[in-house]
Amino acid sequence: MSQLPGIITDWFASKGWSIHPHQHVMLEQASAPCTLLIAPTGGGKTMAGFLPTLAELAEGSQDGLHTLYVSPLKALAADIKRNLRAPVEEMGLPIRIDDRTGDTPASRKKRQRADPPHILLTTPESLALLTSYEDAARTFKGLKRIVVDEIHALAESKRGDQLMLALARLQTLCPGLRRVGLSATVDDPQAIAGYLACHPDPCDIVQADPGPAPDIRMLETGNAPPWAGGGAAYAIPAVMEQIKAHRTTLIFHNTRAQAEIFFHNLWLANEDALPIGIHHGSLDRVQRERVEAAMVRGELRAIVCTGSLDLGIDWGDVDLVIQIGAPKNVKRLVQRIGRANHRYNAPSKALLVPANRFEVVECRAALEAVREGDLDGDPRGPGPRDVLCQHILIAACAGPFDADELYTEMTQAGAYAGLSRPAFDACLEFCATGGYALKAYDQWQRLLQRPDGRWQLRDPRATQRIRMNLGTIQDADLMKVRLKRSRGGKPLGEIEEAFAATLTPGDTFLIGGQTVRYEGLREMTVEVSRNPGKKPKIAVFSGTKFATSTQLSTRILEMFKQDSWPALPRHTADWLELQREVSELPRAGSLLIESFPHDSREHTCIYGFAGRNAQQTLGLLLTKRMEELGLDPLGFVATDYATLIWGLEALADPAPLFELHALRDGLDGWLAGNAVMKRAFRGAATIAGLIERNTPGARKNGRQATFSSDILYDTLRKYDPDHLLMDITREEALRGLVDFGRIEDMIARIRGRITLKRLERISPLAAPLLLEVGKVPVKGAAEEKLLQREAEALMQQSGLAGLAQ
Amino acid sequence: MNGFDFTLAGARLTALGSGALWWPEQQALCVSDLHLGKSERHARRGGSALPPYETQDTLSRLAAVLDGTNAKTVLSLGDSFDDDDASHALPKAEQNLLASLMQGRRWIWVEGNHDPSPAVFGGEHAAELKLGPLVFRHIAVPQAAAEVSGHYHPKARVRGTSRPAFLLDQHRLILPAFGTYTGGLRSTDPVLTELMEPNALALLTGPRPTAVPMPR
Repeated sequence: MSQLPGIITDWFASKGWSIHPHQHVMLEQASAPCTLLIAPTGGGKTMAGFLPTLAELAEGSQDGLHTLYVSPLKALAADIKRNLRAPVEEMGLPIRIDDRTGDTPASRKKRQRADPPHILLTTPESLALLTSYEDAARTFKGLKRIVVDEIHALAESKRGDQLMLALARLQTLCPGLRRVGLSATVDDPQAIAGYLACHPDPCDIVQADPGPAPDIRMLETGNAPPWAGGGAAYAIPAVMEQIKAHRTTLIFHNTRAQAEIFFHNLWLANEDALPIGIHHGSLDRVQRERVEAAMVRGELRAIVCTGSLDLGIDWGDVDLVIQIGAPKNVKRLVQRIGRANHRYNAPSKALLVPANRFEVVECRAALEAVREGDLDGDPRGPGPRDVLCQHILIAACAGPFDADELYTEMTQAGAYAGLSRPAFDACLEFCATGGYALKAYDQWQRLLQRPDGRWQLRDPRATQRIRMNLGTIQDADLMKVRLKRSRGGKPLGEIEEAFAATLTPGDTFLIGGQTVRYEGLREMTVEVSRNPGKKPKIAVFSGTKFATSTQLSTRILEMFKQDSWPALPRHTADWLELQREVSELPRAGSLLIESFPHDSREHTCIYGFAGRNAQQTLGLLLTKRMEELGLDPLGFVATDYATLIWGLEALADPAPLFELHALRDGLDGWLAGNAVMKRAFRGAATIAGLIERNTPGARKNGRQATFSSDILYDTLRKYDPDHLLMDITREEALRGLVDFGRIEDMIARIRGRITLKRLERISPLAAPLLLEVGKVPVKGAAEEKLLQREAEALMQQSGLAGLAQ
Repeated sequence: MNGFDFTLAGARLTALGSGALWWPEQQALCVSDLHLGKSERHARRGGSALPPYETQDTLSRLAAVLDGTNAKTVLSLGDSFDDDDASHALPKAEQNLLASLMQGRRWIWVEGNHDPSPAVFGGEHAAELKLGPLVFRHIAVPQAAAEVSGHYHPKARVRGTSRPAFLLDQHRLILPAFGTYTGGLRSTDPVLTELMEPNALALLTGPRPTAVPMPR
């Protein structure tokens, strides 16, 4: 179908629009089984995805569902519905369009299953849910095309894995189904194409004209950035000037906490009372929607935001993007820059604001990478098995299934193409019986094998529980924050339960740009009152802390090799010169360790350049080894490029600390009991269906209903360490939060070449680490001692000490 | 012995770090809320299959405490089984382990709300029990005195970490849950703050049992 019906071309002509070349290519490609379109933001990507559908539906002969559109955001589905319905109505096309997300009322959902629209706009979770019904085959009958929007973002998460397994299901139901992926600029289009295609079918890649190169620079400020810290408060006046000089500015931050602090400071400097908003994932949905609406109406001059604005919705007239803090990842930076100037063929304008002097170096490296078009990206491992387990349960909800057929179907999803039969069988076994080493559970299994060999749910009522717990998005334990009922009870957002537990009435913290006072807990909700007076604590939000990418770290080490740094600001070049004088600069082919006394403690600084997560893990493993060697470590702190350890004894011989096998042993023993592993376990156990977040009719107080995932983890570690979920947990943690892979890479890179520099005092490069937040105390016997001391003090204070005996 | 010594109604008692209560004078050990068979009940009621090792784990820990104290009498203070059916469904190996623990001891099953009439494993059954100056029952009675009970699974938070805890005042002692899969109720819950006197203590379990003013 390369010819557009006249009704559509006439409409384009009446608007004075022409069809972009890549939109033409997508029309010519319409009958291909799989196409990936890569286009910059503002390139008419969505229209390119829908044009073939409109062309095919124009004559009005389609009965039932024709095209499914899947986006990672509910808001995007609603937005597209509006933006698509308008032209369809103007053209007078006989096309019904509807959306289906978690927010859609149940009555409409029911109607959609019985009488689906021609175009259904949905999310991965809602689609997975649709495939779990017995009547899925009827709902999807006649489906021709599926359009996956923002596939570059989905492909990085388990939501994408879930979606691709659902597509495999749909492909079985509708063998002629054609797939289209819409993606922003990425480092490895081939990888996304392989992810999208029905394995082993090929996938064509269409590259739209990337448009002019972005206009991107470092923000120049009157005063130099500080040695350490992430607030970038020094840049507030300069940022304010930029906001005034532009129509609308997006100000991106790497974490929600930083966004809150910056927003707070920006308002203190906002003498002209310019309309400036804040937007991040922990804010209440109503508040976020209000900011989004104001943005679309062009009422805001700036929005302070996080990754929550990385995707999708067309924000109108943004003419400047500011990135506060080092970008950590070049690909994401390029995608963020694309948010400015949504008009095709106009260069996007962006400014980088380093928060400290090391970030000046990082920003410089990132600018060069953007200029050279050198995008970073770590290849993603094989599809995670916890998602596979959930999908087996979803399949069982839809009706009895044959294991051979399901295995064949699942391996058609690119991420699972390499899945072995034994690995699949282990997941099936887990779903059926729990997969425990001892088979005490046969009489209570969840799935049963029928005489005809097919598998079915033992109890059909289980479908309700499975559907309620479907999905792969992991909320940390978040608690809602609202104003006290007597003051209106307005919801403000969410904070982590762990942070809430540290609050006592009277404490103040920042949320949504306002300072509030903690009043108390009420039915699992944090109640607060407005209190602008005191200096607030900083709430801990669950936003991801990204580690600097391997490619960016390599670039920084390359820069360190230079004789001088004319491209860097004077203050930063001087700082590096000084480091070279008193110690040396870290190099790629060896490991620099500095040892120096400071503040009556011995310090050891290890410049591994392995990214925050790996440096953190290194800190845990090394302090454990140092304790065994009698070096009395007291604590450590990690950044993207170094780990600083302090203790009572100086390190004389580093070699034994960096033996790979010894570190590995530590990983299996010491780290296995670590909170990081428990967090990974909780995620895997929830997705795989061992822990249910939602139970029908669960009691509110939850005392009997919830199981501590930590206790389940400890029990499995003790009695069944080779259990499937333990295996999945290790795999996840090693490549995610623990990131042991990058420690192994580092040790391979240095090949035993370790330089230990004994210094009289702290070095310029190590100094910023002293000011880093997130210091980790080394807990051992010390923890019990501190508890005893605190308990004694409490008993004395309360006058109860005499009563105890 | 790793424990915290105190007196209730003239009886000299020791709260053990494991969450068990030891009464040296009577050579009696008291544990509460074992919830044996919890994962089996969970699966039977349509939930997911939790790791079925908690009964083994609970009994192994109980065996360790019995080894340490050489108790002559054991009081299981209710909710010993997660429900009456769970008591029937204990796997053979775990039944045998339990039988070996009961061997040669006076063993009293006090009724709980989960297990009003558990299966016959031997031993005595009682709705409540008087021993010396103390009365043992599953759920505390507000006006009672010299009372030892369980039921609430109390825990207390100090220095940011929460641990199962005994709650103690002049009139009563509430034991923490001994079972492996048992959640806890914070001492700050109104049910507990109303039940306990203002000067009540929380005795934290752990490597060294420690007393703190009960967090409210």
